[in-house]
Amino acid sequence: MAEIRIQGVRKSYTKGTWVIHGVDVSIGDGEFIVIVGPSGCGKSTLLRMIAGLETITAGEISIGGKIVNDVEPKDRNIAMVFQNYALYPHMSVYDNMSYGLRIRGFSKADIETRVQRAAKILELGPFLARKPRELSGGQRQRVAMGRAIVREPAAFLFDEPLSNLDAKLRVQMRLEIQKLHRELGTTSIFVTHDQVEAMTLANRMIVMNAGVVEQVGAPMAVYDAPASLFVAGFIGSPAMNFLPGSVRDGRVDVGGGHLIALPRPLLEHAPAQVTVGIRPEHLVACAEGDDAFTFPVETIEALGADSMVHGKVGATPLVARVEGHAAPAIGSTARFALMPERLHFFDTVTGKRLAA
Amino acid sequence: MEKRVVFRSSWLPYLLVAPQIAITVVFFFWPAFQAIHWSFLIQDAFGNSSQFVWFQNFQDLIRDEAYLDSFKVTAVFSTLVTFIGLAVALVLAVAADKVIKGAMAYKTLLIWPYAVASAVAGVLFAFLFAPSVGIVSFALRAMGVDWNWVLRGDQAMLLVVIASVWKQISYNFLFFLAGLQSIPKSLIEAAAIDGATPVRRFWTIVFPLLSPTTFFLLVVNIVHAFFDTFGVIDATTQGGPAGATQILVYKVYYDGVKAADLGSSSAQSVILMVIVIALTVVQFRFIERKVQY
Repeated sequence: MAEIRIQGVRKSYTKGTWVIHGVDVSIGDGEFIVIVGPSGCGKSTLLRMIAGLETITAGEISIGGKIVNDVEPKDRNIAMVFQNYALYPHMSVYDNMSYGLRIRGFSKADIETRVQRAAKILELGPFLARKPRELSGGQRQRVAMGRAIVREPAAFLFDEPLSNLDAKLRVQMRLEIQKLHRELGTTSIFVTHDQVEAMTLANRMIVMNAGVVEQVGAPMAVYDAPASLFVAGFIGSPAMNFLPGSVRDGRVDVGGGHLIALPRPLLEHAPAQVTVGIRPEHLVACAEGDDAFTFPVETIEALGADSMVHGKVGATPLVARVEGHAAPAIGSTARFALMPERLHFFDTVTGKRLAA
Repeated sequence: MEKRVVFRSSWLPYLLVAPQIAITVVFFFWPAFQAIHWSFLIQDAFGNSSQFVWFQNFQDLIRDEAYLDSFKVTAVFSTLVTFIGLAVALVLAVAADKVIKGAMAYKTLLIWPYAVASAVAGVLFAFLFAPSVGIVSFALRAMGVDWNWVLRGDQAMLLVVIASVWKQISYNFLFFLAGLQSIPKSLIEAAAIDGATPVRRFWTIVFPLLSPTTFFLLVVNIVHAFFDTFGVIDATTQGGPAGATQILVYKVYYDGVKAADLGSSSAQSVILMVIVIALTVVQFRFIERKVQY
């Protein structure tokens, strides 16, 4: 087990164009870190640089206190789980899991114990003699994890390991990975584009966009106080509503006759253009009252437990999440109370969260 | 749901396969049956009469030293052509797989030799290695090698092997390259993280995964060495010196066309036919199962 430090890491494939613009993160021993972002944001590239499968153009990566920029992947003491599992198709499950150990010259008895232990943890016992093609997707996924576990590496690197599974299996494997990490306590870095995986698995998550780290923090901290419009829109489902407006007399005019008051600490440095962020789940239906936030209901999506109420404020589309049976009628006026402590304010121009 | 396309007309499918059937019958079945028929006949020296002799032609062959020698020559020749051809092509394909800049040009250049006819390739090599005027011979002699394949059997064998291998490498290369490129990159990366050196990765991951390709090429190359090398041999050594490069198929031609012994020549081609059928059946029935993963 080890801590991993990433300092000023940059990557470019062709001179002058950067795909990763300088990442600084310190990952603690035993931490479960999820790197999340849309496709093409550089998250996989960052992981592959940690693994040693991509060269580091600038900056430093150290694992367990040792700088590994010029260290071969095999000498970095890491194990990786690939998106397509990358199982050796001509080898049995047992041989797949023991391949790395055999190469590293472990004794036969030692290999046997380690593989059996991993097989027990992952419930792969009955399948050890089978070939990968005789296994289901979930079982292949477990073999890939078994191959990582047997080596007892300093860190596990997961490259979108769940995206080839169907929805049900994905939820199940998510829980298994969580359990595994609790049992083994190995430092883990997990790359995904799925914000639900990020929220549920991470001790801390790194939100990336276009080669830049937008925010690093615990899932709930990121959810409660997203650092930018990008993070606010990416984390949380359904996505946060954004109401752009201009500031007048300490209030944001978001259109449709709605004025939203800026909190006092933000007043002094507030820019002229501010975007108000409201999560759909933070619009609370309320009875007739003076300060209600109202908009005409255009569509309802009934999901069972919840219903999504769609409408427009001025020209801006808006979604509210209400209890399944509490949806107002289409065409009526929906009335919500705004919770001042649940509102987010961003500089429309820079996209950054406003801070006092 | 019925996914196959079914012809409504009863005669159209037969009409469509007719050209193929006609070609096979005229150019394969007919000559093959003729060969079997002739292999039971002995003709007089002028071809005016023939006599049915049952298996005498075959019995004579089994007792014929020259024929048994030709068997050995064929075994040596086809083994060398197949293994050298596969090994060199594999090395080239592994190298080409790593090339990024100018990969297309490199691949295209490597494919050209396949477009050269066997006989032309033979003439090319005959000139390059000609003991008196060949440029390679000149270089070899400058290095102190006593190069004269017209007189030395081992050198003649080397020459026809080189020419046949050169001819076949392009084909093997193409298939190996396609095979290599179909191996997922993440497998190699996983093996690298597992600690395997590039050499170890090749032998434990890449080579086993290439085995279906290798197996296919093995069959194709053996058949190539048995039959398609006729042009190369005819243009260079013509089976000599003293039968050192007289492979079975060349002996069939020589005995039948040059020595006018149609009966023996036919018996030889029947034996050759049986060998190739047996070889193909054995390879596809028994070995193919082991290379599937």
